[in-house]
Amino acid sequence: MDTLSRPLELDWETGACARVPYRLYTDAAIYERELDRLFYRNHWCYVGLTAEVPKTGDFKRTRIGAREVVVTRLKDGGFSVVENRCAHRGVQFCQKTFGTTKTFVCPYHQWSYDLKGNLIGVPFRKGVRQGDVVNGGMPDDFELASHGLTQLAVEVWNGVIFASFDHDVEPLRDFVGPEVGAYFERVFDGRELTLLGYSRQRIPGNWKLMQENIKDPYHPGLLHTWFVTFGLWRADQQSQMIVDARGRHAAMVSRKNDGGRSDAVTSGVTSFKENMVLHDDRVLDVVVEPWWNGPTVTMLTLFPSLIVQQQVNSLSTRHIQPNGTDSFDFVWTHFGFAGDDAEMTRRRLRQANLFGPAGYVSADDGEVIEFSQRGYAQHADLATVCELGGRGQGGADHNVTEVLIRSMYGYYREVMEL
Amino acid sequence: MNATAPAVSLDDRLRIEDLYAAYAACLDDRRFEEWPDFFTDDCSYRIVPRENYDRGLPLATLSFESKGMLRDRVYAVTETLFHEPYYTRHIVSGLLVRADEGGGFRVQANYVVIRTKAGALSEVYNAGRYVDRIVDDAGALRFREKVCVFDSELIPNSLIYPI
Repeated sequence: MDTLSRPLELDWETGACARVPYRLYTDAAIYERELDRLFYRNHWCYVGLTAEVPKTGDFKRTRIGAREVVVTRLKDGGFSVVENRCAHRGVQFCQKTFGTTKTFVCPYHQWSYDLKGNLIGVPFRKGVRQGDVVNGGMPDDFELASHGLTQLAVEVWNGVIFASFDHDVEPLRDFVGPEVGAYFERVFDGRELTLLGYSRQRIPGNWKLMQENIKDPYHPGLLHTWFVTFGLWRADQQSQMIVDARGRHAAMVSRKNDGGRSDAVTSGVTSFKENMVLHDDRVLDVVVEPWWNGPTVTMLTLFPSLIVQQQVNSLSTRHIQPNGTDSFDFVWTHFGFAGDDAEMTRRRLRQANLFGPAGYVSADDGEVIEFSQRGYAQHADLATVCELGGRGQGGADHNVTEVLIRSMYGYYREVMEL
Repeated sequence: MNATAPAVSLDDRLRIEDLYAAYAACLDDRRFEEWPDFFTDDCSYRIVPRENYDRGLPLATLSFESKGMLRDRVYAVTETLFHEPYYTRHIVSGLLVRADEGGGFRVQANYVVIRTKAGALSEVYNAGRYVDRIVDDAGALRFREKVCVFDSELIPNSLIYPI
């Protein structure tokens, strides 16, 4: 499976990842290797929030890479994650997105499994008696224990559930690392979460482009009118680009300002609308929450599958589920905290108008990702330019940089051996 | 239908059908600046995935609480949201009309929005139903509340224009 369709001679510009070859977004063999090395081995992937499956037997069907999995809350309060694939004939036995059950029963031949995925029943296992003979049945050496569902490694971190097909993966906190982990725990500090709802979109672009989008602090103040005009994100803000030791995960951390004209960041910027006044500005009714401790925005990218958003009072996880080289599903789960009063919940929901597939600062991200993918499809041997802030890797104490993208590809090259 | 609710006159049904036809024509003709005038000043307009609606989860894809917020959306659609333009075609049918106890009407209607981008095939973009409350606002019927509950499990990339 590691034989690529043709020898790769990718031009990364002397190893610095200041160029990213278009073929990373279009080559089916590279995609297969990504699924194997980035989604199925050595990595933790996001599967959901504990608040989505609050009671024993509650389950959620979701996806890691191209494989469907089912996340279930167990009697002891723990969670199981199993592949949605019957051990018998490979049937995706679970067809509900959410539900509650005591066992999983495959509809085809009614093999049944407990919530952990252990096989507990096989019809006609001992055969069927007709008169003096017993017809059929499984061979004598057939062991239920050898035919369970594929069970994944599971770790829960303050209400967020991660899983891995690889039982030898390093512990989750080591995988995330202390630098980005500190920002993860800023949002998920153990408080009880409340589920506000979902948004689901299918974006016709390569899945990595969404990771890049949230490692790219260059575009928000240029593409998104609302960010530059109202000062939610722009190049003249105090910002920090945090990265883990291996360059794969990141946090973009910043503090909003009052927006308005500033020659350095608004002159010639066509998306800046100096005279824009909202008819109803409740959408931007921002109230500082004590746990922010300064930053008004932290955007986390946990490689390969998760983005965690805190943009003022709006909170979401965004789950990346690839569909081949040129498409991915993007699932937003908005949440709040059990301690929120009705006014804060209303505020989080109003600010959700900024995000998701119709959002004032998100709808156009999907659009530009689609246009990027179309550009890559036009050439097999060109590369993107990724030089803002130099050609190095690591973090930065400002947001005029593409360093986080270069860092991600530094890690990617190492693991993918490309 | 609530058997005890007052009957809706044929005249009112025709006015309501005209309202939906005019609403669809406004959007499909891209006369976005006229779109807020189909609503009362204190209107509510929401586009909601069916899974959130059915499960009672409060998140909407878009949720506006005044005509002012609708005007702000029009500004975004025409001036700030970068997107590949597309035609829409709203097919509205199956109106279920009943009188609202508080005056006005409660209407449910099926809709399909077909999207056509330049140089591309037409595609079913969003399918769902309107769950609306309509009032007579100084002689004109207007939406006091409009909820677009869509079945479509995935939005094909982005949702820019109103539904």
